[in-house]
Amino acid sequence: MDEFDPAGPADSIASVTDRVRSFDIGAPAGAVYFLGTTLAVVGAEETVTLIDRAGETSRVDVGSGALLCAASDGKRLVIGGDDGKLSALDSCGKLQALATDPKRRWIDNVALHPDGAIAWSVGKVAFVRGTKGDDKSFEVPSTVGGLAFAPKGMRLAIAHYNGVTLWFPNMAANAEMLEWAGSHLGVVFSPDNKFLVTTMHEPAMHGWRLADQQHMRMSGYPGRVRSISWTAGGKGLATSGADSVIVWPFGSKDGPMGKQPSMLAPLQARVSAVACHPKQDLLAAGYSDGTVLMARITDGAEILVRRNGKGAVSALAWSGDGETLAFAAEDGEAGVLTL
Amino acid sequence: MSELTTAKIPVTVLTGYLGAGKTTLLNRILSENHGKKYAVIVNEFGEIGIDNDLIIGADEEVFEMNNGCICCTVRGDLVRILGGLMKRKGKFDAIIVETTGLADPAPVAQTFFVDEDVQNAARLDAVVTVADAKWLSERLKDAPEAKNQIAFADVIVLNKTDLVSKAELAEVEARIRAINPYAKLHRTERCQVALADVLERGAFDLDRILELEPQFLEAGDDHDHDHHDHDHHHHDHGHDHNHGGLKHYHDEDMQSLALKSDKPVDPKKFMPWLQQLIAAEGGKILRSKGILSFSGDDDRYVFQGVHMMLEGDHQRAWKDGEARQSRLVFIGRDLPEQVIRDGFEQCIAA
Repeated sequence: MDEFDPAGPADSIASVTDRVRSFDIGAPAGAVYFLGTTLAVVGAEETVTLIDRAGETSRVDVGSGALLCAASDGKRLVIGGDDGKLSALDSCGKLQALATDPKRRWIDNVALHPDGAIAWSVGKVAFVRGTKGDDKSFEVPSTVGGLAFAPKGMRLAIAHYNGVTLWFPNMAANAEMLEWAGSHLGVVFSPDNKFLVTTMHEPAMHGWRLADQQHMRMSGYPGRVRSISWTAGGKGLATSGADSVIVWPFGSKDGPMGKQPSMLAPLQARVSAVACHPKQDLLAAGYSDGTVLMARITDGAEILVRRNGKGAVSALAWSGDGETLAFAAEDGEAGVLTL
Repeated sequence: MSELTTAKIPVTVLTGYLGAGKTTLLNRILSENHGKKYAVIVNEFGEIGIDNDLIIGADEEVFEMNNGCICCTVRGDLVRILGGLMKRKGKFDAIIVETTGLADPAPVAQTFFVDEDVQNAARLDAVVTVADAKWLSERLKDAPEAKNQIAFADVIVLNKTDLVSKAELAEVEARIRAINPYAKLHRTERCQVALADVLERGAFDLDRILELEPQFLEAGDDHDHDHHDHDHHHHDHGHDHNHGGLKHYHDEDMQSLALKSDKPVDPKKFMPWLQQLIAAEGGKILRSKGILSFSGDDDRYVFQGVHMMLEGDHQRAWKDGEARQSRLVFIGRDLPEQVIRDGFEQCIAA
């Protein structure tokens, strides 16, 4: 992974920077999501800024402290904060309180199921609220690092120290534990439900083939992997954490085992966020020096979306139809590019 | 130092055995009118009588790094909480991490060496240990945690001094000094110590590794200089004898070791030796610090470490008239003193 050519000068590649509409949300931006055609930019604290298609912005106060986690199904945004509150926000700015921790502990993680169920975690306990409004909870041995619903059925992956617990909230069956030493922070299922991948505290990812729990170790990163995204069709997993976007092949039954990942869009800065286009072999990458690039996965061709020299890119998102790309940065800038 | 470094949030680690007075000190730090705002990471909610949305409960979750180093443990909860707190940067000036009475301070300190995010956002300021003047001597015999906390400390607040006689105070201080002669020691009642003496100490700042002289002698005049003999109280531990009237103990399993050289040290020999020593004995070495005068180098080299983790850098040029003396300090358990001394001798430039 350390053998790639350093990037050429950024001005030698095609640029669409003049087509980006830029917004200042007035605070560091932590995450960005599309709610239909409305962009929701989650600030580090208290506020979500909604930007509609016409560029009208409105601010919604969603908490009284840090906004620690957020997830979206494309229709609503669910946010957890250090004030112990879990809330849902729609594209019109309507806020709905979902849960409040009685001891005001931090809501650390949240995940959404396609059918409308919500999962969140407080310390070691993961909660699931089904579509009928019934809450169930499950305690794991250490603080929850990440949550993910399986693409099929009602199954929740709960990442923690030394592995991942797979829990069926609607079944009496025992939860299953996938073990691997270390602290697991983020977790995702592959879209075909065959693999489970975690991002770890150390600069590595770990994966399991769910059929037989075969281990897959994905390492070699200079920094922690924070942002991961499945390519269109789910045959590749694009990741941050290195000086280029690392894409692990998941197209075969062995996943990335014994294969080399591809490396795209190398720069002399760390990739801080990745987002794959929902339909095409295209991805967007954000960097610690503020650069945003689009790269074609097949041949690595690049287009410049945001120049370097500004705040690190904290998040990227594509609209559901794939026609709009949004980025958010630590300097409070949010950008929208319509293709 | 660059602006980036100074912008890092200082973190004070507050340790101390059960009942020593950590919460008393915390409450003072939070309630006193010092114009600063502290975020506090505590283990027990509710003990602190102050309403503050920057008081965060923690679970002391330690995990082992997957790097083959068994003593390389970090506090995962701290990584997570500091990450969350950094979203509220600007709302507080400093962070205090309170450990449980039974905690080993090493994983907390190591978190600051190992985690890139934590390193970028915060810096370890000092380990402050609150000790109970009445009970510490007993705890040093039966509680290894208490001994760890003393050995690890940069600052020791020897509390409840009003509950002991002068002789008992001298006794407990001698016990502390047998383990850690380098920490700043403050005697207090109800933790009445100037907050400037416990906060913003810069004890882990390489630029401030200046004080490598034992702190024995500043202890002051209110020591009893008569010849107590408390041998019958601690027959299970070593021996005591007197140096100029000050009681002096050797702790059986936790010691400090100081090395010195007025001749320059060969960096080509010293660096591999130190690395190898830390790799072999790092489990036993709790803290290490050093100032080196290398041959052919006009800059002072400084280093410090926690167990197997080391950081070092050229600090500044030696000043005119400043004695170019190399000094090293190790605090640890069952240190192989002769091996370390001999090894260091070999590093002195020919």
